[in-house]
This record gives sequence, structure tokens and C-alpha cells, in this order.
Amino acid sequence: MTDAKPFVEIRQARKCYGDLEVLKNISLKVNKGQIIAIIGPSGSGKSTLLRAINDLDPLTDGEVWLEDTQVNKKLPHKQYENHINKVRQNIGMVFQHFNLFPHLSVRENITLAPKMLKGISDAEADRLAEEQLEHVGLSDRIDYYPSQLSGGQKQRVAIARALAMQPKVMLFDEATSALDPELVEEVNLVMKRLAEEHMTMIIVTHEMAFAESVADRILFMDGGVVVEEGPPEQLFRAPKHERTKEFLAKHLRANALAPA
Amino acid sequence: MQRVAPFFLEAAWVTLELAVLSTLLGLTLGAIAASAKLYGNVVFRSIATVYVSVIRGTPCLIQLFILYFGGPQIGINLDPFSAGVIGLGINIGAYMTETIRGAIIAVDSGQMEAARTLGLSKFQAVRKVILPQAARLMVRPLGVNINAQIKATALVSAISVVDLTYTAQRYIGSTYKPFEMFILAGVLYMVIITLTGMIVSWLNKRVAIQ
Ligand SMILES: Nc1ncnc2c1ncn2[C@@H]1O[C@H](COP(=O)(O)OP(=O)(O)OP(=O)(O)O)[C@@H](O)[C@H]1O
Ligand SMILES: [Mg+2]
Repeated sequence: MTDAKPFVEIRQARKCYGDLEVLKNISLKVNKGQIIAIIGPSGSGKSTLLRAINDLDPLTDGEVWLEDTQVNKKLPHKQYENHINKVRQNIGMVFQHFNLFPHLSVRENITLAPKMLKGISDAEADRLAEEQLEHVGLSDRIDYYPSQLSGGQKQRVAIARALAMQPKVMLFDEATSALDPELVEEVNLVMKRLAEEHMTMIIVTHEMAFAESVADRILFMDGGVVVEEGPPEQLFRAPKHERTKEFLAKHLRANALAPA
Repeated sequence: MQRVAPFFLEAAWVTLELAVLSTLLGLTLGAIAASAKLYGNVVFRSIATVYVSVIRGTPCLIQLFILYFGGPQIGINLDPFSAGVIGLGINIGAYMTETIRGAIIAVDSGQMEAARTLGLSKFQAVRKVILPQAARLMVRPLGVNINAQIKATALVSAISVVDLTYTAQRYIGSTYKPFEMFILAGVLYMVIITLTGMIVSWLNKRVAIQ
């Protein structure tokens, strides 16, 4: 497994906002089917790293690779746009605030991109929407509008929308942080199911229990660097670094205090 | 009164035509200039910025005079009605630029991100995701623009377009009843404005996001 060719690779990523260096030389290899969870305090650069993978926040320095394609390769503007639009079709992303298209129905949210970019017929698109909704358990909501859905349902539709492009990897940026506690589980279940289907996933999360149960490997970030990484049992049960210990102590205490 | 009524109705029709045509021209110019400001390169952005600030910084009447009286000097010969439509259209376009730009900016930035993440180009994202949402936010403020535009059409009487205001002035001489003439014109303006307002409200309800 360890000598497998990485599926997603970040090489020496640096990101600066003016004088502020928010990613300091980060490298990361993710194998096909692997699930990585990124944890760390607020402002440590988790989102920035995740959003560098599909070039939503372009890196200042460094490379991002998806299989044999360099995501952020240097090209003249027009060519680059064509290139990145193609690459992004292979990288699904799920946001904290869902970002569903409010003017479109659930069906249209899911089929918009496949119809525009893959030229599939209306019938095929309908089948695709039905298939994806079944996957997230929302078949009966196909003709609803986003405003008629609960937060958990919205997020499941957002996952279905991303999956409809048949991505090779899925990125999750705190997919459950904006949800009421009782709605978190239904989204976690969908993500767990994806994990069982061997989807390659990179998950930024504040939920330690979920990270532990779903991830193959945990990355702990702080101050723009990966302080420590390892399999969940090691990182959660026997963290090596002082900063990791502090962070986990704080979080486990917070979780213990939170109502179940 | 009965004698002048047909002329006033005809003039009301001219005013309505002026308002509709110049609004359409203004919407087109506004959409182009707003796109230039938001998505254009430096050249297009600057042209749009200059257009908006020049038009908003000078009286509409002066703009009409420049076009109608000054135009022939540089080879632009327009009949009064065309000069009215073009002048008013260029004028309202500058205000609509800001209205349209404001509505586009008001669409949550996460919408563009989500669309781009799926692989849509910027242009595709604007067309399918941003503009349909912005359009809903535009209806009400554009209604305000159009209300102002209908009243501003009165200015074209100064370049001898036979609109409501011009007609009212014309019949003062033969009727000696300026009070009635201007009241009649005012009532007809109000009818046009009320009807337009009703259309805008209806449209606003129709496009409201479910
Ligand atoms: N557009 C921006 N301009 C300037 N600074 C930014 C910008 N975006 C992020 N930052 C800064 O970069 C740092 C990392 O931000 P990032 O959003 O990646 O953190 P995070 O780990 O995802 O935090 P959180 O858990 O709160 O989401 C922060 O200090 C943030 O203030
Ligand atoms: Mg974040």
C-alpha cells in the first residue's frame, strides 16, 4: 500500500496572503481509496489546503497532482481555464454552507453540470438524478427546492450533486459544522457509505469521533504546517507532539461537555 | 377638453413608447457595462466606469441637448424622437449599470465557487447560476429606475418631441387653460406610472425564489 503511486499528491505547498504565510511547505500523498481527515485549530490552514487541491485558492508555490495530471500547472490564461475546468470535473467538493443553487430544484441542482459539461440527454440526466438521490436517501425530494429542505437534506443533495459528476476524489470542508446536532448523523452516514465504497476522500472536520471512525489517516495541522500525522488509533490515543495533545485535550473535553 | 383629448392620448402613447424603448436600450447598456465592470479586462472596466460617472455627473437635459443640437455638428443627425430614445437610454443605462452590478454582487459568493467546483467555466456559471439569481434581486430596484425614467421622458419636450409635456404646453395657447392642460398631462403620467408599477409588482412576485 505504501509504495503505491499516489492518487492525489501535494508537493511543497506554500500559500501567502500578503505577508501572512498560511501554508508552510506542506506535502501530502493520498492513495486511491484512502480517506484522510484533517483536523486542527481555527485558522491553521485546513480549508486553504483543501481548496488548493482544486485550485479554488491557488497556491503561491508548490504543485498539486491528481494521478498523472498537474492540477495547478502553469499555462496561459485561456488554456489554463480550459484545463482547470476539466480537472475540476474529477474533484467533487462539499462546502460547510452547502451552496445549493436556490433557483433550481433538487433535480436541476444535480443535473446542471452533467448536462452542460457531459452533454447527456434529459432522460439520462433524470436517471442520474434519481440514482444519486437514492444513494443519499432522498428520492422523494427530487422536485423540491433547496429552501424546502432541512440542513441535513441540503448537504446530502450537495453530496449527490458532486457525485453526479463521477469524481475521482471528494473534498469535504466541515460538511456538518453548519448543521443542528441532530442532523449531523444523517450526513455522516452518507459519508461513511462513500468510504465503504472506497471513494478517495479528504475530509476537514472538527468532529474527532467521526474522523477516528472513518479515516485511514489523520493529519493534525497548526499554524500552516502538518504537525503530526498517522493512523487514527495512534494520533488520537498516543499523540507524540505537545501541540497535538493540547488540541485533543481541549477538544475531547469540549465533546465530553456537549450534550450527547 | 373633448377637442384636445385625442391629442393628449396620442401624446401619452408617444411618452409610453419613449419610456419602453429607452428602458430597453438602457437595460442592454446596463447589462453590458455591468458585465464589463465585473468581469472585463482593464480597458472594458475603464470604459464602463467613465460611462457611468460622466452620465451620472451631468444633467440628462444637457445630454439630450448635446445629442440633438450638438450631434449634427459631428455628423449625427437624429429626428427628435430617436434622439429622445437614444439620449434617455444612454442616461438610464448608467443607473441600471449600478443596479445590475449591485444585484450580481449580492448573489452569495459560494454560488460561483460551487459552480466552478463542478467544472463550469466562469461564463457558464454567470449565465446559469449567477444571473438567474441576480435577475430576481434586480426587479424591484429596476422598477424604481423605470419609474424615474417615465418622469424623465418629460425632458424630451425640450428637443421638440411631441410627448405629453410638449402637448400640454402646445394647447395652452389655444385653450388659455394651463391649469387643466397640465393637470390632464399629470393624470396621464400617473396612469402610465401606476400601470408600470403594477407590472413590476407582478413580475417581482413571479420571480420570487420559492
Ligand atoms: N482571502 C484571505 N485573505 C487573507 N487571509 C486569509 C484569506 N483566507 C484565509 N486567510 C487566513 O489564512 C489562515 C488560514 O485560514 P483557513 O481558512 O485555511 O483556516 P482553517 O484551518 O480552515 O480554519 P477554520 O477551522 O476556522 O475553518 C487564517 O489565518 C485566515 O485568516
Ligand atoms: Mg476552514
